[in-house]
Amino acid sequence: MYATTYHRPASVDEAVKLASEEAKYLSGGQTLLPTMKQRLAAPSDLIDLRHIDALKGISVDGKHVRIGAACTHNEIANSDAISAVCPGFTYLAGHIGDPAVRHMGTIGGSIANNDPAADYPAALLALGATITTNSRTLSAEEFFTGMFETALEEGEMVTAVEFDAPEKSGYAKFRNPASRYAMTGVFVCKGADGSVGVGVAGAGADGAFRSPEMESALASNFAASALEGISIDPSGLMTDMHASAEYRANLIKVMGKRAVEQAG
Amino acid sequence: MGVEGIGARVARKEDKRFITGKGRYTDDMVVVGMKHAHFVRSPYAHAKIRSIDASAAEKMLGVIAVLNGKQMTEDGIGNLICGWMIHSKDGSPMNMGAWRPIAQDTVRYVGDAVAVVVADTKAQARDAAEAVVVDYEELPVVTEAVQALKDGAPQLHPEAKNNLIFDWEIGDAAATDAAIKSAAHVTKMKIVNNRLIPNPMEPRAALGIYDEAEDHYTCYTTSQNPHVARLVMSAFYNVAPENKLRVIAPDVGGGFGSKIYIYPEEIVCLWASKRTGVPVKWNSDRTEAFLADAHGRDHVTEVEMAFDADNNMTALKVDTIANLGAYMSLFSSSVPTYLYATLFSGQYKIPAIHGNVRTVYTNTAPVDAYRGAGRPEATYLLERIVETAARELNVDPAELRRQNFIREFPYQTPVIMCYDAGDYEASLEAAMQAADYKGFPARRDEAESRGKLRGIGMSCYIEACGIAPSQAVGSLGAGVGLWESAEVRVNAVGTVEVLTGSHSHGQGHETTFAQLVNDRFGLPIDQVSIVHGDTDKVQMGMGTYGSRSGAVGMSAIVKALDKVEAKAKKIAAHLLEADESDIEISGGELKVKGTDKTVPWFQMALAAYTAHNLPDGMEPGLKEGAFYDPTNFTFPAGCYICEVEVDPDTGKTEIVQFVAADDFGKIINPMIVEGQVHGGIAQGIGQALLEGTSYDPETGQLLTASYMDYTMPRADDLPSFKVSTTETACPGNPLGIKGCGEAGAIGSPPALINAITNAIGKNDLTMPATPQKVWAALQG
Repeated sequence: MYATTYHRPASVDEAVKLASEEAKYLSGGQTLLPTMKQRLAAPSDLIDLRHIDALKGISVDGKHVRIGAACTHNEIANSDAISAVCPGFTYLAGHIGDPAVRHMGTIGGSIANNDPAADYPAALLALGATITTNSRTLSAEEFFTGMFETALEEGEMVTAVEFDAPEKSGYAKFRNPASRYAMTGVFVCKGADGSVGVGVAGAGADGAFRSPEMESALASNFAASALEGISIDPSGLMTDMHASAEYRANLIKVMGKRAVEQAG
Repeated sequence: MGVEGIGARVARKEDKRFITGKGRYTDDMVVVGMKHAHFVRSPYAHAKIRSIDASAAEKMLGVIAVLNGKQMTEDGIGNLICGWMIHSKDGSPMNMGAWRPIAQDTVRYVGDAVAVVVADTKAQARDAAEAVVVDYEELPVVTEAVQALKDGAPQLHPEAKNNLIFDWEIGDAAATDAAIKSAAHVTKMKIVNNRLIPNPMEPRAALGIYDEAEDHYTCYTTSQNPHVARLVMSAFYNVAPENKLRVIAPDVGGGFGSKIYIYPEEIVCLWASKRTGVPVKWNSDRTEAFLADAHGRDHVTEVEMAFDADNNMTALKVDTIANLGAYMSLFSSSVPTYLYATLFSGQYKIPAIHGNVRTVYTNTAPVDAYRGAGRPEATYLLERIVETAARELNVDPAELRRQNFIREFPYQTPVIMCYDAGDYEASLEAAMQAADYKGFPARRDEAESRGKLRGIGMSCYIEACGIAPSQAVGSLGAGVGLWESAEVRVNAVGTVEVLTGSHSHGQGHETTFAQLVNDRFGLPIDQVSIVHGDTDKVQMGMGTYGSRSGAVGMSAIVKALDKVEAKAKKIAAHLLEADESDIEISGGELKVKGTDKTVPWFQMALAAYTAHNLPDGMEPGLKEGAFYDPTNFTFPAGCYICEVEVDPDTGKTEIVQFVAADDFGKIINPMIVEGQVHGGIAQGIGQALLEGTSYDPETGQLLTASYMDYTMPRADDLPSFKVSTTETACPGNPLGIKGCGEAGAIGSPPALINAITNAIGKNDLTMPATPQKVWAALQG
């Protein structure tokens, strides 16, 4: 790790003032710190967001869920309030990384990084979530712009994630054998109005995406059997040494079925 | 058997310090004035070095020196060697290219050292290493052995035309070809044995200390054989004569073979310490370990097995190309030859065998012994082709094996080895019973009802351990003898120190070796200390690899104990006024048989050292040494049965049962032996299911250079193992020990692949059998 200057602001405004082109916001540090240790990232300043009260806390008002950006995966996984309305989401959070990662990593940090193998982006796309930053509110579709790319501008930070809980939700992922990140993860949900969301993690060459063919198949019949007949087009999917695009296409279908089964 | 004697499940004495973080590893060593080294490593797999500009780095804060290979050569430091000479079948010696500890003109793999920075802190050394400007001229790259042999392939060393190091053969080609020609059935396969990266928990490290006042060097290093390190560094690398070089291998956190060899880094630390006048420490980070530790395996083999009309094996023909990487590591030449092809007979009577092995340079990390070293490769090809033949012949694989077992001993194979003892039927039966082999079809049907493909596979392995005897290995090209030494010191108060040339880096010698003393004299193991790993304390030793510490190292201790016992009895007989033939030792006492006359052990020891009342002419003291050179290898063998369930939707394999029945001969501590088997199986499952080393064929970049991409086995990848042992005593050594360190890694990969291919009904599957590969095989 190269030398860096650590800051611990107490408010969003204070943090934003510290921001610069060479600085980085630090949340749980589960990606940034290993990258820095390998000298692949060298921010001049680290602005630690974990001590800003405004970024903390989970609130559930009826079906409306609001999660502060600095909430850890572990807090989300163990939130009875979220679990009561959207168990697929807490299940997803409880299966990120390992216990050490879940106790440090945060939802804001994860989605700001938008690792294509991260779990949250698929769920937020499927749920039609909104992402609030210190300056604006974006839909998940607007926020996630590509692999490791988001709509965040320099100095902008995620402050909260919000969504309306669906009637049913489920998540199934197939882990990369080495990294244990999602090699393919599928989040499915069905709203009270019958709308269906399907988000896919770990498989897209441009990051997480919604699957229109699975959404339309499930819209008429929200059952695993509804996905039997569909075929997923491998073009636009990632190929790496662990999984070809064809294999990932297969996994999308298989994980999709399992997610629907889990959603009940 | 006493509670701490031979055969007792004694808890490991050394574990208290290991599990409380009190182990003392090389990187824990801190000496006054110590500085830190960081290596500048080549980012290219093959390139000419046009120039190295260290001027900016030398001016950086904390930097003491930036050293290069030319300076090393000027100071007379020699090239690294391969210590086992192999001759090609045309009689020519192997074509060994030069391996300089720091590359001078050409780099040949990603990670090849080109310079070293010594600085006050590790971070400063690393910063300065980034400021060393190396001007490279990139050269074409070849990473695969089969490609490297082709005309027009990039050439690595001028000494090795077409990158061929040697073209070696074993056995009778004509008889084998004739048997294949007249066979009723021939099974043919192409077998790939995947390259593995060892990944011991403790990365390599070295601390070089030059004492100008004494003109003496001390090297702390992560070595499995510190005496061999001293010998090689002294005799070949001209670091210092042996009397001026002390090598200490303190606690070492796993080796698996990768810490046998003498690497450039420890030589550089010693040399740099003299050159800079300060002690120099280097500690590998994990990425360096991936890049620059010696890798294992990496064979491509064509194999044919012939049968007569009654399904008797009649011939085996093997043609292997082995990738040795960019340079020949210390024992690299012996692994795909004498540690490999001499096991081609397996547990079977095969009248005609021929093996041909070509070894090849490529732009990859050097390849050398890794847990099993040649024997896993032999077992894998043999047990895969036997299983495949059974499927083709439509006979039960267990019965095909059983029918062809060797049953009379000693058995001279057509490939040098003479098996001394074994009962292969016994381990097969034990494994089949434990696995409920007969119940498999019902379990398969039940799994099918759950949508799972269930398969069963077995492997009957044999290995050669206790690598020896010296005369034999010498005649096969080994540059060293492979005996072991021991010294038993009885102190004046009766406590015992055992000095051994074996080295423990996880094997539990501090416990098992003490059990030998307990068994002999009845002393609590707490009163027995094991001293190892220091060339100033232990006179000489050959170290630990090839499961040799039991069969060879313990045998040396037994010989020394024999001498101590004989002298102790003489002293006791004198003190008790009895005949020494009437003295017996047990429970910490020396007794006159059939009487109540005794002398406590400690009193006998005190008498030896006070020397007030010793037999006429006896020297004072009680300390005896021994060298032990075995008469043969030992031949552990066993049967492993694996049962898997494959999810056809994802291709993911779950191991639902794993049974091991091993014959290790006499066992000193069953708990430690079971631990060895568990660890070995975990590594074998790693090879078969998870671990795949991948180099980019165009650029030679290591694509699996971290745990993000290289899959080490984890607890949840592994089932509970059902392990058991059968025992045929080994006639070749006094304890009847065969060795157990590598069996798990040797026997398990073919059992697992046989099980998966049985489950999916497709035989063409390479290791590691990742979910993607299994799924793809199911689609095909």
